[in-house]
Amino acid sequence: MGMTMTQKILAVHAGLDKVAAGQLIEADLDLVLGNDITAPVAIHEMEKVNKKGVFDKDKIALVPDHFTPNKDIKSAEHCKCVRDFAGEHNITNYFEIGEMGIEHALLPEKGLVVAGDVVIGADSHTCTYGALGAFSTGVGSTDMAAGMVTGKAWFKVPSALKFQLTGKPAKWVSGKDVILHIIGMTGVDGALYQSMEFTGDGIAHLSMDDRFAMANMAIEAGAKNGIFPVDEKTVEYMKEHSSRDFKVYEADKDAEYDNTYVIDLSALKPTVAFPHLPENTKTIDEVGNIKIDQVVIGSCTNGRIEDLRIAAGVLKEKKVAKGIRVIILPATQAIYLQAMEEGLLATFIKAGAVVSTPTCGPCLGGHMGVLAAGERAVATTNRNFVGRMGHVESEVYLASPAVAAASAVTGKISGPSELGL
Amino acid sequence: MRAHGTVHKYGNNVDTDVIIPARYLNSSDPAELAKKCMEDIDPEFVGRVKAGDIIVANKNFGCGSSREHAPIAIKAAGVSCVIAETFARIFFRNAINIGLPIIECPEAAKAIEAGDEVEVDFDNGRIYDITKGASYQGQPFPEFMQKIIKAEGLINYING
Ligand code: SF4
Repeated sequence: MGMTMTQKILAVHAGLDKVAAGQLIEADLDLVLGNDITAPVAIHEMEKVNKKGVFDKDKIALVPDHFTPNKDIKSAEHCKCVRDFAGEHNITNYFEIGEMGIEHALLPEKGLVVAGDVVIGADSHTCTYGALGAFSTGVGSTDMAAGMVTGKAWFKVPSALKFQLTGKPAKWVSGKDVILHIIGMTGVDGALYQSMEFTGDGIAHLSMDDRFAMANMAIEAGAKNGIFPVDEKTVEYMKEHSSRDFKVYEADKDAEYDNTYVIDLSALKPTVAFPHLPENTKTIDEVGNIKIDQVVIGSCTNGRIEDLRIAAGVLKEKKVAKGIRVIILPATQAIYLQAMEEGLLATFIKAGAVVSTPTCGPCLGGHMGVLAAGERAVATTNRNFVGRMGHVESEVYLASPAVAAASAVTGKISGPSELGL
Repeated sequence: MRAHGTVHKYGNNVDTDVIIPARYLNSSDPAELAKKCMEDIDPEFVGRVKAGDIIVANKNFGCGSSREHAPIAIKAAGVSCVIAETFARIFFRNAINIGLPIIECPEAAKAIEAGDEVEVDFDNGRIYDITKGASYQGQPFPEFMQKIIKAEGLINYING
């Protein structure tokens, strides 16, 4: 029996010729990530370990992105803890305000992850780097602490679901719509403990930013990781961003999958996830009249340059509906700068949106756009759990940047076609 | 090792945002997190929970973010064990890594009700519903994980 793409990467990192689903292995790590919420807990744990140093100062990434710029005194203390630790251990990849961004947009952009890597991060959306053909998965702070000391982590080798993508998506259908469609189909625990392996000629029609958005939300189906094959677009992206050598793995022809789903991308429509689970999906023609109070365009799912271009394309020479708050958060400083140079920020500001510094902010109900009781937001983020963006009686609808931008103009959940686009 | 206590019962997909809302994540102090445990799904939980109590839930318990604050809050609130049909995978890892005993058992998770008195034997995975006079076989941990649990968490394990 052959191995899946994920299993092959894990086998090599465990120093084994072969691994099988269910096997417990210890794998070498290429990168260990933490943020301002999870790293302080890990640092505290690390202090309990006899051998105190980090395994490799170049293979740890610390990104204060959740409550930054510091939203209050407690957040400031957490960030200080991370900053002091980075200084003390001479961590190469610590990103201070001014050079930071949301971790999962930042790491690929800085070339810190390439195809074939094994990465753990104390953040559930660490699975994002599967877009590059790497194995990456979210863990907790204790795993992060152990990883920082030993450079290793234990894994149960996952079995896999195969998603065979065919066809070309229609104009306003993005990677976000594809993954929302998939989660609507599998449910939020449909891929529990499993890998989601994407394959098929439809992938050629998905940009890297589409793939990042899709791999990012693998966790929303309960998956351990989501992974894409490496093609010319991936290689081009890695060459542009990284000087590291990458390694391309392919699933064996006889690899075993628990299930295979065939998805015709050309048949998909813009898709929205209703409160309070990402699996509560409806296509745009089914949503009905849902009035909104706020629009958030950003996050590690959809705060990349292409997302901002799409949103600006919809908002160009239009105005945000009266009474609607539109908050746009470019995911990294580089994306922010590029959006400025391309004139996208001017489009947003003229339309009546605000543009914020890179931060997770409202995505987790942290700051910069928290909702009051009874308020509704359309967001390009990845979770719409109870209270995710603020009050327990507020509601979050997950959508693509195109739908979020169109909704900003109409004041209710809308697709770009409602604006004649 | 055994757990013994009164059951607090929840449904499917109890996510880490309701176990410990993000607005409290600017603290990592277990005692402080315990005070807010389950606030967005069961605001009375903190007032009701007694040391040794057991949480029983249905599918995908602990889904969502990787915050270790979630199992930390549950453990610090005094809960001795969580029984569920299934756990979300990061929560599963985190619970083991911090030494919060968890056990998968779909039959027990479905049958046990709020207020039942339950005992769990971690060595063999047996679950006893004393109120109902029923017992169930849960999934015992693989040996590798038993070692981490016996060491009371991953950090002690790698120290040892
Ligand atoms: S943007 Fe949202 S989902 Fe992404 S890392 Fe930040 S809080 Fe988590």
